[in-house]
Amino acid sequence: MPAILVLADGTKFRGYSIGVEGKVSGEVVFNTAMTGYQEILTDPSYKEQLVTLTYPHIGNTGINDEDGESNKIFAKGLIIRDLPIIESNFRSICSLSDFLVSEKIVSIAGIDTRQLTKHIRINGAQSGCIASGSYDEEEVLQHAKKFPGLSGMDLAKVVSTDKPYFFDEGEWSLGAGFESTKKTLYNVVAYDYGAKKNILRMLVSRGCRVNVVPATMPADDVLSLNPDGVFLSNGPGDPEPCDYAVKNIQILINKKIPIFGICLGHQLLGLASHAKTLKMKFGHHGANHPVQDLETGKVFITSQNHGFEVDEKSLSANLRATHRSLFDGSLQGISRTDTPAFSFQGHPEASPGPQEMSYLFDEFINLMIKAKKK
Amino acid sequence: MTNRKDIKSILIIGAGPIIIGQACEFDYSGAQACKALKEEGYRVILVNSNPATIMTDPELADATYIEPIQWQVVSRIIEKEKPDAILPTMGGQTALNCALDLDKHGVLKKFNVELIGASKESIDKAEDRQKFKEAMDRIGLASARSVIAHSIEEAIQVQAGIGYPSIIRPSFTMGGSGGGIAYNREEFVEICERGLDASPTNELLIEESLLGWKEYEMEVVRDSKDNCIIICSIENLDPMGVHTGDSITVAPAQTLTDKEYQIMRTASINVLREIGVDTGGSNVQFSINPKDGRMVVIEMNPRVSRSSALASKATGFPIAKIAAKLAVGFTLDELKNDITGGKTPASFEPTIDYVVTKIPRFAFEKFPQADSRLTTQMKSVGEVMSIGRTFQESFQKALRGLETDADGLVEYSSNIDEIIKELREPGPNRIWFVGDAFRAGLSIDDVFQHSKIDPWFLHQINDLVVTEKEIRKISISSFNEEQIFNIKRKGFSDSRIAYLMGCTEEEVRNYRYSINLHPVYKRVDTCAAEFETKTAYLYSTYEETCESEPSNNKKVIIIGGGPNRIGQGIEFDYCCVHASLALRESGFETIMINCNPETVSTDYDISNRLYFDPVTLEDVLEIVNKESPWGVIVQYGGQTPLKLAKGLAKQGVPIIGTLPDDIDAAEDRERFQKILVSLNLRQPPNRTARNSDEAIRLAEEIGYPLVVRPSYVLGGRAMEIVHEQSDLERYMREAVKVSNDSPVLLDRFLNDALEIDVDAISDGVDIVIGGIMEHIEQAGVHSGDSACSLPPYSLSKEIQQKIVVQTKKMAKALNVIGLMNVQFAVQGENIFVLEVNPRASRTVPFVSKAIGKPLAKIAANCMAGKTLAQQGMTHQITPLFFSVKEAVFPFIKFPGVDPILGPEMKSTGEVMGVGKTFAEAFIKSQLGSSVALPKGGKAFLSVRKEDHLKVLDIASSLINLGFILVATKGTAKAIKNHGLKVQAVNKVAEGRPHVVDMIKNDEIDFIVNITEDKRAIADSYEIRRNALQNKVTYYTTIAGARAACVGMNYGEELDVASLQSLHKISS
Repeated sequence: MPAILVLADGTKFRGYSIGVEGKVSGEVVFNTAMTGYQEILTDPSYKEQLVTLTYPHIGNTGINDEDGESNKIFAKGLIIRDLPIIESNFRSICSLSDFLVSEKIVSIAGIDTRQLTKHIRINGAQSGCIASGSYDEEEVLQHAKKFPGLSGMDLAKVVSTDKPYFFDEGEWSLGAGFESTKKTLYNVVAYDYGAKKNILRMLVSRGCRVNVVPATMPADDVLSLNPDGVFLSNGPGDPEPCDYAVKNIQILINKKIPIFGICLGHQLLGLASHAKTLKMKFGHHGANHPVQDLETGKVFITSQNHGFEVDEKSLSANLRATHRSLFDGSLQGISRTDTPAFSFQGHPEASPGPQEMSYLFDEFINLMIKAKKK
Repeated sequence: MTNRKDIKSILIIGAGPIIIGQACEFDYSGAQACKALKEEGYRVILVNSNPATIMTDPELADATYIEPIQWQVVSRIIEKEKPDAILPTMGGQTALNCALDLDKHGVLKKFNVELIGASKESIDKAEDRQKFKEAMDRIGLASARSVIAHSIEEAIQVQAGIGYPSIIRPSFTMGGSGGGIAYNREEFVEICERGLDASPTNELLIEESLLGWKEYEMEVVRDSKDNCIIICSIENLDPMGVHTGDSITVAPAQTLTDKEYQIMRTASINVLREIGVDTGGSNVQFSINPKDGRMVVIEMNPRVSRSSALASKATGFPIAKIAAKLAVGFTLDELKNDITGGKTPASFEPTIDYVVTKIPRFAFEKFPQADSRLTTQMKSVGEVMSIGRTFQESFQKALRGLETDADGLVEYSSNIDEIIKELREPGPNRIWFVGDAFRAGLSIDDVFQHSKIDPWFLHQINDLVVTEKEIRKISISSFNEEQIFNIKRKGFSDSRIAYLMGCTEEEVRNYRYSINLHPVYKRVDTCAAEFETKTAYLYSTYEETCESEPSNNKKVIIIGGGPNRIGQGIEFDYCCVHASLALRESGFETIMINCNPETVSTDYDISNRLYFDPVTLEDVLEIVNKESPWGVIVQYGGQTPLKLAKGLAKQGVPIIGTLPDDIDAAEDRERFQKILVSLNLRQPPNRTARNSDEAIRLAEEIGYPLVVRPSYVLGGRAMEIVHEQSDLERYMREAVKVSNDSPVLLDRFLNDALEIDVDAISDGVDIVIGGIMEHIEQAGVHSGDSACSLPPYSLSKEIQQKIVVQTKKMAKALNVIGLMNVQFAVQGENIFVLEVNPRASRTVPFVSKAIGKPLAKIAANCMAGKTLAQQGMTHQITPLFFSVKEAVFPFIKFPGVDPILGPEMKSTGEVMGVGKTFAEAFIKSQLGSSVALPKGGKAFLSVRKEDHLKVLDIASSLINLGFILVATKGTAKAIKNHGLKVQAVNKVAEGRPHVVDMIKNDEIDFIVNITEDKRAIADSYEIRRNALQNKVTYYTTIAGARAACVGMNYGEELDVASLQSLHKISS
């Protein structure tokens, strides 16, 4: 089945469909990670995005029932160079294509993804539309143009859980699967702005009783749960319109509750601390980004997935920069100097990507231990 | 910047000669290290015995020692140069072992030299099998179940707990030397014996078999602040059981989920930490059970390696360069990623948006007696790498880049039994049998059961066979654009498509041109296009957009030599690199085309632009079309580009230097003969035969013995000396396919002639002799296999003068512009021309190092229009010291192969020894090639009847040197008759105890064994093989033995001298 990707600027890429027939539009972004397509597709942060993966063969290891970051595909569409003839991995339960079809995702393969990536690098992330089956190219272009872009779009609210729930699955290991809940030592409330499961798993494996709550839950309700710490999750969209979240975080900060934010959670902590956020040209999406811990000077290879950033120039006196990207010097981590709150722009939970930032989870635990002692 | 200021000078140890398991990748790494450290202001001292390396170019280091890499010699260098530190991680196992020896013998302590890049402890921990296993246990990583043994008895005893098949790995060896897989007791004992011998510590690791498991490699770099990055993951297509050097490998890993990949990533970093590799690059190998993902660590190399060279080329991240800088204290975040123009730091992990395939190249045709089944001991002599946007494209580009007469996944066999056998017991051509298996109707599951190759790869290969069938149904006249685009995207070459369609390559090319279908070129940029790159490191692919962006500058394309093989190795790459450097200096934009990942020429910063593509007519023509160069150089990369010369010329490609037609005139026997006749020069009587009967008739005309060979070969392929008609009949029947287009050449063999090699340069008007080399072995031994001396050590000045005159005459007659090599035979006062090659020769780097003039650079400038005079190259330089080149052989890797020299080239590499006298230079050349000249003991002599007189001076020299002589009966009689003391011993056929018993009992220290005809060669095989196995120094030519006596007679201690100081006194 033929398929086409049309960008809002009129650029066209013709290929073939590897998902269902239809037409979807969204923001086109590229991710340079060579592994982890299952994690990427199921990451709620990709809501409203058409993601292209720069590695040409995608689907080599199929889909398994362990590596999802949520229970469904959040990416709006997938754009790849080549879907391999067959998947090969002992954990695979179905092919990528079957997964895309069963999740009703419109996707395209067979295009020059390197050219697309260069186009985005030069012109910035932009709206696009994938159409497959029968389509009128002009119509597809209009569809692409109609997509308003992510600026000003509050998607956290959209992907968040409706009701609070407890998450009790620990980290995965080869052969043993997921760790079951240990004795819980810390009561953590996790704001779900589009949380990846592996974040929750890493909290569980560190002895946290994880209460996942809706993005909009008022701070007072959170406080009534008596948290030892509050976690601000990753998520899609622009942080700026999430004023409800900012307000709630400000209340929690004032209570000096230990807070840890990742990605969107990091941006929200920044906003709550009166810093500003910016839309990036094409963002950071990959698993090879060097980030320096400004305190130790050590460099970590990190997983990244964000299109907005906290502007380092806007940091107030009570915010300290803790990490910086060595690719472009952008701000990667902040810490409040006056309360036990810190956050990281990249993905210390990996999944996909290197696991070397996991020490940030330990820092969160340490903050909770310290706060408990007081 | 945190680099160390307490160190001022650093000694880099090279890898020595090219051998199986240690090839020009260590020139690539060593050259990078030299440049990187010099750039930082360190004084760099270099030792490497291999003159054919770029790293030993005198500009690369402050002091360059072309000396044997042996701790005693290196100790002299240390004494003289007083380096503050030694960097032992750039020169493979050779350098590591030398560093350990220097430590063991107290040299490091005595001269207060520090090892940087790797400590003694970490080398020990990584290389000592038991310590490594314990270290892995400590960090919770599984390794294969294994036991250690130090003797055969112990090995048999402990093996019981492992079961068959078991893997035997000797400690401290490279390329899996001496190891193997044993399926039964007999094989086990045999491999253990070999392994104990190969291991310098007499230690074996006997390991459970992981046959059929998947195999992976990780290339890791770590700095002194514990920043760790993975440069590249590599997946072996051939599962466990085949040495990774002999495996087809693919980057990045294809069949790992992110979770599994991250487990491996974390594990490899933990391995470096535990082993204690504080700075630099290492390679960690893993095995994974495809059934449940169980991961086992196989081994690690605490140094740069063949795989790190591959990873560097595969990603564009220069591991050796970075590792050298880390060794002096820089950290990754302080260093820049050159490929993105320094916009990003070196502290990141390359990500690639293409697939890289490496396929090894074997040379079993040179060693017909060798066991060609692939095991844990490396047997390949070179490799090809290719880049494509998909596995299929990359894979098929690699297949045709190999230059084994395969333009893709060609047919090998339709015999189902043979196919299955090849799948189950891999040999050098297994991958083609996989294609055959599908053609023969085997299912993917069948092929998997037989080969254990991951189904992911098998499906891709099967799809190529399916596509093949579709192509067969199309005819060139009914081809359409979409069809051909999709076929080209799968990597099919024009010639393969033509074969399948039943038309000519030209027709396919013309069709492609008619619809304007050309490959595009994408860049290798370390970052999958996330950042802009100006670095023109390019590969071809069939996609929509081209990133080549050719300039309008005056450009020269240099065509490289492709994969290393016996007869075409690093020497030619050296010449290509020099051409590029010289022409860049002269203001040209230079463009390199090559596909050998081990080489310096494929380093992206050697030329202005690098096309990493197969060296075939199709691929080269496309690049030429894209670039429109001012000139193309075909005479530097060996036979590979020369073979393309005619095809390129036909398409109007501007070949510079000697014209293809003149090259042909030198190579075509009949045309060349006419030229010689007109110049009044002599050739040995010779004829050209186009069928067997004609050969026999013509042989009668010129008389036996004869040198016979097919025309147009390199490295003396299928070249033999035949002594009588029955020999010739057998040769014509078995050794060659003779036809009108490929005739067989017959040359009268000149008994006892000296062979002389001459390298010369011509600018079209003037001709200057680069060097005259006198071979030590007599004519009949392939020039690539014989030792030679520059200046000649016995040739008279008069003869030399005549040779100069004759060389110049021929250069003129052939209109040579550039390099020319001539081989002469001198019999008494008579000079015969053996052959002329108007191209770069194997000896160019050796001569350049000996005379201190970069011949390849000067000749490249001649091709581009400069005169010799403009370059100050006006006269022949005769150095005031001797340089001896000696060949290095792979016999020890091939049990069952007769280590005898003959007209077919068998050496993989070479060393150079320099000295004030011939004797000193000769000893060093022997030491450099790991031949220790004994200081007395028992010498065994066995020579042909014709040599009975000639052996006498050798016998008396040996007695004077304090040897006790033993000899076979005939030889003994001759010696006794001359009044010398000698004891007769039995030949093998004469009953026991015989000479082989004595060799096995370590009673013999020196052997001279001269045989010639087939029968005698067969009889004395046991002597040579056992001498080799028992490390007894042996010579198979009178001249070689004589030179050895001269060498042993050299009483003084060996002195060391840097090239820079030697060139100063000579110029």
